Amino acid sequence: MSIFVDEKTKVVIQGLSPSAGNQAAYHGLRNKAYGTQVVAGTNPGRAGQDVEGIPLFASVADAVKETGATASFISVGPTAAPSAILEAAEAGIEFIVCITEFIPAQDEARVFNTLRRSFPATRLLGPNCPGIISPGKCNIGITSGDIAKAGGPVGLVSRSGTVFYQALYELTQKGIGQTTGVGIGGDPVPGTTFIDCLAAFEADPETKAVLMIGEIGGSEEERAADFIAKEMSKPVVCYIAGVTAPPGKKMGHAGAIISGSQGTAKAKMDALSAAGAQVALNPTEAGEIMAGLVEKL
Amino acid sequence: MDLFEYQGKQYFARWDIPVSKGGVADTVDEAVTQAEAAGYPVVVKAQVQVGGRGKAGGIKLAADADEVRTHAGNILGMDIKGHVVKRLWIEHASDIAKEYYASFTLDRAAKMHLAMVSAEGGVEIESVAETNPEAIAKLHIDPVDGLDLAAARKLVEDANLDPEARDGAADILVKLYKCFVEGDADLVEINPLILTPEGKVHALDAKVTLDDSASFRHPEWDEFRGLEVMDPRDALAKSKGLQYVGLDGYVGIIANGAGLGMSTCDVVKQVGGEPANFLDIGGGANAEVMANALEVINTDEKVKAIFINIFGGITRGEDVANGIVTALGRVDIKSPIVIRLDGTNAEQGRAILAEHESDRLISLPTMIEAAQKATELAGGNVTAAGGGKVTAAGGGNVTPAGGKK
Repeated sequence: MSIFVDEKTKVVIQGLSPSAGNQAAYHGLRNKAYGTQVVAGTNPGRAGQDVEGIPLFASVADAVKETGATASFISVGPTAAPSAILEAAEAGIEFIVCITEFIPAQDEARVFNTLRRSFPATRLLGPNCPGIISPGKCNIGITSGDIAKAGGPVGLVSRSGTVFYQALYELTQKGIGQTTGVGIGGDPVPGTTFIDCLAAFEADPETKAVLMIGEIGGSEEERAADFIAKEMSKPVVCYIAGVTAPPGKKMGHAGAIISGSQGTAKAKMDALSAAGAQVALNPTEAGEIMAGLVEKL
Repeated sequence: MDLFEYQGKQYFARWDIPVSKGGVADTVDEAVTQAEAAGYPVVVKAQVQVGGRGKAGGIKLAADADEVRTHAGNILGMDIKGHVVKRLWIEHASDIAKEYYASFTLDRAAKMHLAMVSAEGGVEIESVAETNPEAIAKLHIDPVDGLDLAAARKLVEDANLDPEARDGAADILVKLYKCFVEGDADLVEINPLILTPEGKVHALDAKVTLDDSASFRHPEWDEFRGLEVMDPRDALAKSKGLQYVGLDGYVGIIANGAGLGMSTCDVVKQVGGEPANFLDIGGGANAEVMANALEVINTDEKVKAIFINIFGGITRGEDVANGIVTALGRVDIKSPIVIRLDGTNAEQGRAILAEHESDRLISLPTMIEAAQKATELAGGNVTAAGGGKVTAAGGGNVTPAGGKK
């Protein structure tokens, strides 16, 4: 099995356009080519038209009504993304993937809490994330499908985008398949957290071990460590990016900053190690530790 | 973006948060002019973004123009923990009966806004949190609901603010929350928030961190820029829209994504090298962005080799390869380049690079091999990293292997 998305997931691409340079079309068509059921696109000015066979609708609500879409993919800019997320939730979409970078934190907080209160059945992945892939079944987002391998037994969750790809690739190179890979994103208010994914992997019978990729900043990894200690029966291997990062410097995005004694890689690695997880020093080593674990399964 | 105190106070004033009357001065003469306008006695305050200004002698009381001249002359140019004072804030001195603390920030764990109020202001809130945590009243605020006067009023009562301060403090809290939300701040903090002997409450200091992601809807923030003290490499990177952090080593690093950038620094260090920088070219990087990144690295005299580590998602391999080729034609790159390219369209990218390979441009298949090669080319001592082909994996080992810590 897989978590959150599978071969039955029907995806609507928000902001899809045949215009040259349209990111939604570039990634949406790649997702479709991978085998994902991309059933619709939205584009208020082009309802009734299509993009390489993907029918366009004026709204997510129309797309859901006509195609039964259950998930949406948002790659529109930061000014439009908050309303796009809410539009999808209002239309009854269960799983929203938003890859948009640089959404103001105040907007993220408002949107997240609106979802939490008014649309509890909707899960948001992101913003500022690479998306999700259940290899062989469904790929929503910007992950290159050929770096993943179907069949499990490893579940992957990562805060960083490119280390997510690196980790998928390391596993695939070693012949280890993945049930699902989830990139949760590094923004201040992620819709889906490490704990959400760990809990889902723990409940998924086909996932036998979990690879978790964290990074400096915040305390999500420490909370995940607490969850691993208390709730996880399956083995967890971790890597935390930023062992050498200096304090007080923002490493690329808002989430990745060491403030005072908070948020260091060392503190996170210690917490995870104490919780019983195996901690690697780089993505390659994480893959090797996982290979050793999988061999013994 | 962190604001200076005077900028924070100017920002507060937009939401009618009471602050002391004052003005900015860059010279001793300007300081006197501002002091005359504010009315004696005044406080002469160094504008630096570092704590402990008072202890360092950067905040002085002045009763008349002569004292303003003396203090302003001493403080301008003063070095406070590596920050040179270029600007002063001169404000009318307030009589203080009580000092409180108030702030709003985002609690990432709860995913809600967090208000903190304390009757013990004027000292670092971290030390209050350590020694007397019950002295801080906390309130989680759902951003959908916001903060109303009744909730603010209850909060100041919970924090045990003096009865005569409660109305004024609650009023300020509601305004400060509006400033936090409408003003797109990551943090707004008043420490101290004071009660005067006349029973007035106002902000004696202002700490504001703005959310850079929201700058598109705040053209007025432009006036806050320009005073940030920046390393010339940082300034160049920023002008090119790149995420750059200067470090002290000799291996220049370009990666796509913050996580991979950090991971690349980690691996370079683990194989015995020293990263010269962190540089994230972000998603959607194209030839232009790559060329810009190489130009920034090229200005760093310490760099002896460059390691480009790209794993393509949104960034396509051929764009990365074309970027490098374009940059090589445009700038005279001083150091050899080692590139490791994988992910979306990596094959096409590698094919483009293959046509240009030489001892100055080397393409290697793995992160660790590429890090070792770059370190070697830069003259560093290459050691094995955990996870490399040389050593076995050291599961559960939390001390960095190889690199000197």
